[in-house]
Amino acid sequence: MPLLEQGFPVADRFVPVADDAPLPDAPAIVSLARLQREAEALAGRNVALGVQVASTTKPEDLAPLLDRVALLVVEFPKFRDGRGFTIARTLRERYGYTGEIRAVGHILPDQYAFLVRCGFSSVAVPEAADLSVWAAALGRFHVAYQAAVDAAPVVSGLRRRLALG
Amino acid sequence: MDIAESAIALPVAATTRAGIYHYDEYDREFLRERVAEFRDQVERRLAGALSEDEFKPLRLMNGLYLQLHAYMLRCAIPYGVLSSEQLRQLAHIARTYDRGFGHFTTRQNLQFNWIKLEEAPDALAALAEADLHALQTSGNCIRNVTTDEFAGAAADEVVDPRVYAEILRQWSTLHPEFSYLPRKFKIAITGAQNDRAAIQVHDIGLLAKRGPNGEAGFEVWAGGGLGRVPIIGTKLRAWLPEPEFLSYMEAVLRVYNALGGRENIHKARIKILLRDLGAARFTELVEREFATLPREKFRLDPAVVAAIRAHFAPPAFLALPEAAEVLARQVAADTAFADWVAHNTHPHRQPGYISAVISLKPIGGIPGDASAAQMDAVAELADRYSFDEIRVTHVQNLVLPHVRQDELFAVWRALDALGLATANIGTVTDIIACPGLDYCALANARAIPVAQLLSERFADLRRQYDIGPLTLNISGCINACGHHHVGAIGILGVDKKGEEFYQITLGGSAGNDAAIGEIVGPAVPYDAVVDAVETIVHTYLAHRQAGEAFLAAYRRLGVAPFKEALYAIA
Repeated sequence: MPLLEQGFPVADRFVPVADDAPLPDAPAIVSLARLQREAEALAGRNVALGVQVASTTKPEDLAPLLDRVALLVVEFPKFRDGRGFTIARTLRERYGYTGEIRAVGHILPDQYAFLVRCGFSSVAVPEAADLSVWAAALGRFHVAYQAAVDAAPVVSGLRRRLALG
Repeated sequence: MDIAESAIALPVAATTRAGIYHYDEYDREFLRERVAEFRDQVERRLAGALSEDEFKPLRLMNGLYLQLHAYMLRCAIPYGVLSSEQLRQLAHIARTYDRGFGHFTTRQNLQFNWIKLEEAPDALAALAEADLHALQTSGNCIRNVTTDEFAGAAADEVVDPRVYAEILRQWSTLHPEFSYLPRKFKIAITGAQNDRAAIQVHDIGLLAKRGPNGEAGFEVWAGGGLGRVPIIGTKLRAWLPEPEFLSYMEAVLRVYNALGGRENIHKARIKILLRDLGAARFTELVEREFATLPREKFRLDPAVVAAIRAHFAPPAFLALPEAAEVLARQVAADTAFADWVAHNTHPHRQPGYISAVISLKPIGGIPGDASAAQMDAVAELADRYSFDEIRVTHVQNLVLPHVRQDELFAVWRALDALGLATANIGTVTDIIACPGLDYCALANARAIPVAQLLSERFADLRRQYDIGPLTLNISGCINACGHHHVGAIGILGVDKKGEEFYQITLGGSAGNDAAIGEIVGPAVPYDAVVDAVETIVHTYLAHRQAGEAFLAAYRRLGVAPFKEALYAIA
């Protein structure tokens, strides 16, 4: 699946690994259960590690793992399930996580700017996706009315000048 | 002048502009981008790139519903405040894109019931021309904020709630974290001693008040609501300082977004989460979130509040030492005018002025409906008599907020000529009714014809005045858009094997003494509902003590005498 960063397709250096498969000597994405179960063994590896979490995950449960993961993959089971926005934002703002946060699952281009403003760095889009629609959606709005994770400068009152796409 | 007020003293004391939030280049740019986005989404839908399932929440967040016969466009009237120019534009849209009328709602919005999907982007563009939109009037997001229809005018006001309602409107607009909530989210705010915004039956209810040094702050309620599970809200905070306003809103919404139910649509509102967790646990979670979120980032700068307050600066009121006397003479000389003044006005904070309520409840009419011609005419009256301002009330009427007392007679004459001077505000014919089965895809039963029949039954004004203050609210289904739970008499349409039945509740209130009405007994069929209400009213009249209003009498008597009167005959 194409991976987008700031509206552009980028190569995905991570490979997802099933719970019962051996870890490759390359950046891998494991489940939260595996990360918790094999915490010590995984901590000894010298390659980047990613973890994939469900939208029901509590950010406070991820907090102790954050210094060990370079990538946090947040699942959107349905585009209407907005819990992922809160997960990303809490990790950025409360726990100061600076690694990559990626959105996967059922996501609409119309949500792309929200993802970025909540602290997501990348989004996996469907194979057949029209990437120009995603890029356009990211750059659609130039004004926002509230503070978010992005450091959009305040222009007047509550309004901020966005430069997302 | 207290410390807090002097710190934000305005360069000008009064303005000649209507007391609405006036858009600048940033707001207009944003709205243009939003209209363009929606035009795009409609094209993607028509081209098949978006499924109906995917398109639905997108159109809903632009106010577009699919109803029984057509699309309905619900235009936001932020906190019920309109300039005359905006009302004229709404009239224009009614003529151009609808069938020449609009329907004012219990959320102080305006609905057009006959919109074509392919014309919807043009209708939104027409709204944007008048700095209006239909943003977040539907969908699982933070909805249009509602407030007191007499804000900035009422004699009993402590803090002007429009300032904070506008701050909430801006903050909640396309909120990146809170646009895909478990369910819709409604915020109401009042700043007066008498709650006219029903804050105890909202997802969040706010009472703006003053601290010991005159500074503004808020009492915060949450978890109230009507619908299938009516619940009176819980007070989370007796005092929230103004600078922390948005931080605390973020905290409440974040707890709700993370933990609110998403499996069952009927258990997804914040009231269910609060009920299930318990008030103490819920409050603890909110306070913990509040304590840990980056408060500096959300801190409300006094300069920002002052800049927004400047939009709501008082109009250029005149000293009118004779006005009250002129009005008193005219009242004494004309009984019909006296009736209207007694029922359809509200005391103004400025000597010599008064707020006038325009009843959209003519006898036998459709509650909340106004024709394009009426909208234009009201806009003209606002230009001439009320500093270009109009308000929409949550009981589906309009208000001219700032009328000179010595011009009130002229206003009344003009309204009378338009069929807009029914002197029934607060009486049994000032009925709230949802669109019901005549329009709504969710309804189980008709609401509008029931309202019309009841209005006709109680048409006699003298009888209405004898009955006294009585709220009568009708919903066509359990979703309770007609607020039946908080009517002194509430009527809920239900479907029994394909037939329309109506369940009657008594004793509800949305004010300071908020209460959920109690079911009086088995539902009655369509043909019996008007007689049933009349029986209830008769029972009240027979039992009331001198000067005792319906609600007070009901609270003293309980349900028993009403139940007996209703069902003994059957």
